Amino acid sequence: MSDLNAVSTPHIVEVGPPSMPDEVLKAARDAAADVDHDGRFPAESFWALRDFGMLGALIPTSCGGQGATLARVAADCQSLGAACSTSGMVLAMHHVQVACLARHALGAPWHTAFMRRVASNQLLLASSTSEVDIGGALRTSSCAIEQHRTWFSVMKRASAISYAKDADAILVTARADPDAASSDQVLVVLERKQFTLEPQNEWDAMGMRGTGTGAFILTGKGGVEQIFATPFADVAASTMVPISHILWSAVWTGIAGDAVARARAFLRKKPPAADGSLPHGAVALAEAVEQLQLAESRIKMAIAAFDWRTPTTPSFAAAAADNGLKTGVSEVCLAVTQQAMAVCGFAGFARKGPFSVSRHLRDLHSAPLMIANSRMRESAARLLLAQKPLLGLD
Amino acid sequence: MGQETTEGAIREILATYGRLKQSAVDIGVDADLFEAGLDSQAVINVMLAIEERFDFEFPEDRLNRATFATIASINTVVERARAAA
Repeated sequence: MSDLNAVSTPHIVEVGPPSMPDEVLKAARDAAADVDHDGRFPAESFWALRDFGMLGALIPTSCGGQGATLARVAADCQSLGAACSTSGMVLAMHHVQVACLARHALGAPWHTAFMRRVASNQLLLASSTSEVDIGGALRTSSCAIEQHRTWFSVMKRASAISYAKDADAILVTARADPDAASSDQVLVVLERKQFTLEPQNEWDAMGMRGTGTGAFILTGKGGVEQIFATPFADVAASTMVPISHILWSAVWTGIAGDAVARARAFLRKKPPAADGSLPHGAVALAEAVEQLQLAESRIKMAIAAFDWRTPTTPSFAAAAADNGLKTGVSEVCLAVTQQAMAVCGFAGFARKGPFSVSRHLRDLHSAPLMIANSRMRESAARLLLAQKPLLGLD
Repeated sequence: MGQETTEGAIREILATYGRLKQSAVDIGVDADLFEAGLDSQAVINVMLAIEERFDFEFPEDRLNRATFATIASINTVVERARAAA
């Protein structure tokens, strides 16, 4: 897309100095237990994020954003996830929506103006892709856009929208028109005043309790200019899927990293043995760190391979690798956190205290489920039958 | 039977494996197959069937959605690969 050449998007791999302010991390950490207990939106984190303009991190500077690199944003999602899983995941999901706008709609006048407002008013963006009679299959919709000259309407039985009630806008997938095939989808932006949500169930889950991932009947109307010109097939393949997997993975490694830090602190508290032997659990800590470092390298590899400037549909093997990133990192982070709990024993099992990792473990149980790993591996398997995997150190 | 055309064979494979909403026989050569219902599962089956039928392998750099977006683009890649073989 030539439009992207006109904006100052720095090189995507460069991480740069830390940008997640300590104030945000402190606000998130202080409220994390309460957010989890009450299953409520992490408002404190998002007030703080807005104070520092962090919701516009991925928006180009030409639109009033920070023009941050994907690597920088991934590191930010990781550190926020370590402080409060829910906050990290909500921020990651927001950035995925911003990335779809920045990479596929920057040339469109309405979307460009909208992005400026996201940056200046620090709007929080949510996503509605799953549907009651479809499930989580991203590339299939049942609901359809109905165009009426200059405006459109849509009604979607959404099986899961995270933080829907706290979002300022929702990006919604739907079939392009009532006669379109289920895979012929478009992405539309609906702003707060343009949609209504009828809650269908309450989110009362084991973990990630503050994400408020409920089912809703979403009814909305907007101007036809709010529909992305790029078909959703391309937005999904070149941006939504790969960036989701990178940023979710970043959050999960943040959560697991905090659990490991607690396990390490627990071991260091133990009085040294007179015979100089290792405290029980120290080897498990080393194993956990090994695994977590593998997971982090996998994320860095995905970021390095990602070409921000030129959205292209990935090859079959690259799409399989995008899936493998998510399935692999989600399971490693869960296993690592389980190991951290074994190190901490009942101090880890406890709900409170400096060595508690029970919330971390509960939250990470969502990782293999958000788009089921089994289904993602089936899809990767199909792709890998078609094309040999991306392997080799060259 | 006369010599089967590449395009004819591609249409036949699309009819069998493409899960298209419309007939693969008369869909336009430049019509978007994904809009016509070709999904990510079906596209792999179409690809494998084409490789089997023409006894060749798609070049690495053409194994992506864009190649399978239209009958015309599939046809171009198949004809080129067969010419080069």
